[in-house]
Amino acid sequence: MATYSSNQFKNGLKVMIDGDPCAMVDVDFVKPGKGQAFTRVRLRNLLTGRIWERTFKSNESVESADVMDRDMEYLYNDGEMWHFMDPSSFEQVAADANAVGDTHKWLKEQDKCMVTLWNDNPIAVMPPNFVELEVVETDPGLKGDTAQGGSKPATLSTGAVVRVPLFIERGEVLKIDTRNGEYVSRA
Amino acid sequence: MTIENDWHPSAPIANLQARARLLAQVRQFFAERKVMEVDTQLLSQAAVSDPFIESFEAIYRPSPEQQGVALYLQTSPEYAMKRLLAAGSGPIYQLGKVFRNGERGRRHNPEFTMLEWYRPGYSANQLMDEVEQLVLQTLQADQIERISYRDLFVKYLALDPHVVPTDILRALCRSRLGVEFEDDSRDTWLELLMSHLIEPQLQQPVFVHSFPSTQAALAQVVTDERGVEVATRFELYMGGVELANGYQELTDADEQARRLQVDQARRQALGLPQRPLEQRLVAALKATMPECSGVALGFDRLLMLALGVDSIDQVIAFPFERA
Repeated sequence: MATYSSNQFKNGLKVMIDGDPCAMVDVDFVKPGKGQAFTRVRLRNLLTGRIWERTFKSNESVESADVMDRDMEYLYNDGEMWHFMDPSSFEQVAADANAVGDTHKWLKEQDKCMVTLWNDNPIAVMPPNFVELEVVETDPGLKGDTAQGGSKPATLSTGAVVRVPLFIERGEVLKIDTRNGEYVSRA
Repeated sequence: MTIENDWHPSAPIANLQARARLLAQVRQFFAERKVMEVDTQLLSQAAVSDPFIESFEAIYRPSPEQQGVALYLQTSPEYAMKRLLAAGSGPIYQLGKVFRNGERGRRHNPEFTMLEWYRPGYSANQLMDEVEQLVLQTLQADQIERISYRDLFVKYLALDPHVVPTDILRALCRSRLGVEFEDDSRDTWLELLMSHLIEPQLQQPVFVHSFPSTQAALAQVVTDERGVEVATRFELYMGGVELANGYQELTDADEQARRLQVDQARRQALGLPQRPLEQRLVAALKATMPECSGVALGFDRLLMLALGVDSIDQVIAFPFERA
């Protein structure tokens, strides 16, 4: 297994800490004028999302984590697992609820997602920034009310509930920003 | 980064203008006080002895095809300036570049600008007064608090750094800093706690004085009011940054020779390069070294604090990657 020495640390580097894959999010060189040099690192645990802090001596080394991000197409959910395919190699992987997390509510078949693989197993799934989903349930639209403010909840085909303008009708397809879960426009 | 993009200076021109003003202001400060500016050699046949300061090597060749001899870029002008003091220079300052290998980070560049000055006849306290006058001309602050290393640790960590068992220090580093490495040096743990837990909280300017004798470097060692040996060393912190380091200077030639050897032995034990020691310094101390105090202040960091920026790249034209 490859290792990285603390003087090679940089943001984005993926390493193993306490058996979990982590990504470095902040690396700082700390050296008292007369004292030893240390490398202070903030890491995001890629399994739990939690932020850890660690301090290393110069020349201390850590094991690299075999983690990569791949663009994959969402295929289907079989009731337990979510299945994704690499569109160039047709290779498929199955992600469990832990890896998919809240992302499941934005997953529409054939949409491109970013799947993070650790030792070839999915550990995280990022939806596209924007998705287009159909409204399956909402209160009847108010005719002519296109300019006024005000909003109502709408349930989308994936089960997600978003706030939408009052004029939106059941059956319409909407563009949603998955980063904040907000309505953008009619698709 | 490509050559097309990184020809630009990293510091805004306005910051470089502030830099030029501060350089002039510092020179004015010392001119008013009749302290002589000196500019000693950057290349020296001897290297700094400190185990944790790594010199750059440069090769001198009498002619291009001949075998060269290693010279070392200064990591501070301390040795050369002390030789001048011993030769009767009187009060002197130096404002120029120093070089430290491997030091790169948000507050570090491998070459940086240091302001170092020496005052014959001054105690550490008197020199702190003068540092205070200089710094308060530049920074927004009313006065600079003074606290001993012991009281500082008591205040922030509720422990006495001179007597607490090393195991406690190590355990604290493990639990608070996510440290897993081993180290048999007590000072490593003290420095970790200082730099990681205490220093970031030192936002208002503060002089920390009376360091453990094991961190004396080239300061005199005295016995404090509790009978503990402490170094007459002080450091100035502000904005969570180490800004200056000063000593009531060691003038005992035999002790100086001993400390050089202790450093060299520690280098050997740590597998660090053995480099020529500056025996001319020992000879100078043996001759006529006056009692004096001296201090080195990071000029770039002073400017960072004056401008309220948190990266050294904001105050130097071309940092390491663009140099």
